[in-house]
Amino acid sequence: MERIPILKMNEFLLVSIQVDMHDRLAMTLQDDLTHRIVRDRARGVLIDISSLEIVDSFIGRMIGNIAAMSRVLDAETVVVGMRPAVAITLVELGLSLPGVRTSLSVDKGMELLRASLRGGNGNGHLDARR
Amino acid sequence: MPGDEKLPVRSSHDIVVVRQVVRTWAVEIGFNLVEQTKIVTAASELARNTIDHGGGGTVRLQSLSYGGRAGLRLTFEDKGPGIPDLNLALKDGYTTAGGLGLGLSGAKRLSNEFDIESRPGEGTRVTITRWK
Repeated sequence: MERIPILKMNEFLLVSIQVDMHDRLAMTLQDDLTHRIVRDRARGVLIDISSLEIVDSFIGRMIGNIAAMSRVLDAETVVVGMRPAVAITLVELGLSLPGVRTSLSVDKGMELLRASLRGGNGNGHLDARR
Repeated sequence: MPGDEKLPVRSSHDIVVVRQVVRTWAVEIGFNLVEQTKIVTAASELARNTIDHGGGGTVRLQSLSYGGRAGLRLTFEDKGPGIPDLNLALKDGYTTAGGLGLGLSGAKRLSNEFDIESRPGEGTRVTITRWK
């Protein structure tokens, strides 16, 4: 079965979506990530969407679900590399990805995850879980 | 440049194909990147609606030219159960399929023209047009 690879780097899981995902592939990624967070005891998930030419409500919902599930499993999710045209379209579509943290680059996203692991959440808010 | 084409909208894979063909047409018509992204995203939403609510159907692509302006019209048609209350279906967040309820309302916002016809028991036709 077709799958999007998930890489483990220390306590983080890294995903780079390089294909135009059909809906089932998106659901598989959501399931795989949830299982891997537990199996690998991951504390953070970084999803690179810089290759995605569109994010529609289905993919947007998948991203929101991954962020919510990882939070419940004591991991943080950060989405990096959204294209400007995708951001403009997403907001006009009515989707603002509430609860999903974003960064412009992989470097900045990793920084955010490391900062959140150190205790703060990188946005200057208190993290109630630790 | 092709002027008129019909594609099947029956499976999750068809949604990907519709996105790719609409993208190709939008590029040929000369839409900029943001315009391309908007019409492709709208097409993706409506294609999914055609499958989830209409039980599958077709999309017709037409390139338009009016008063020197180029445009792209997409017509999604299904022979599904139809929509009993169109006003409700067009409301943000209203869903019967467990999604986010942004399909119709979002596609409308991403288009310049939007038209929907639906008869209970006969099916639904949604037409969107984007002008350059």
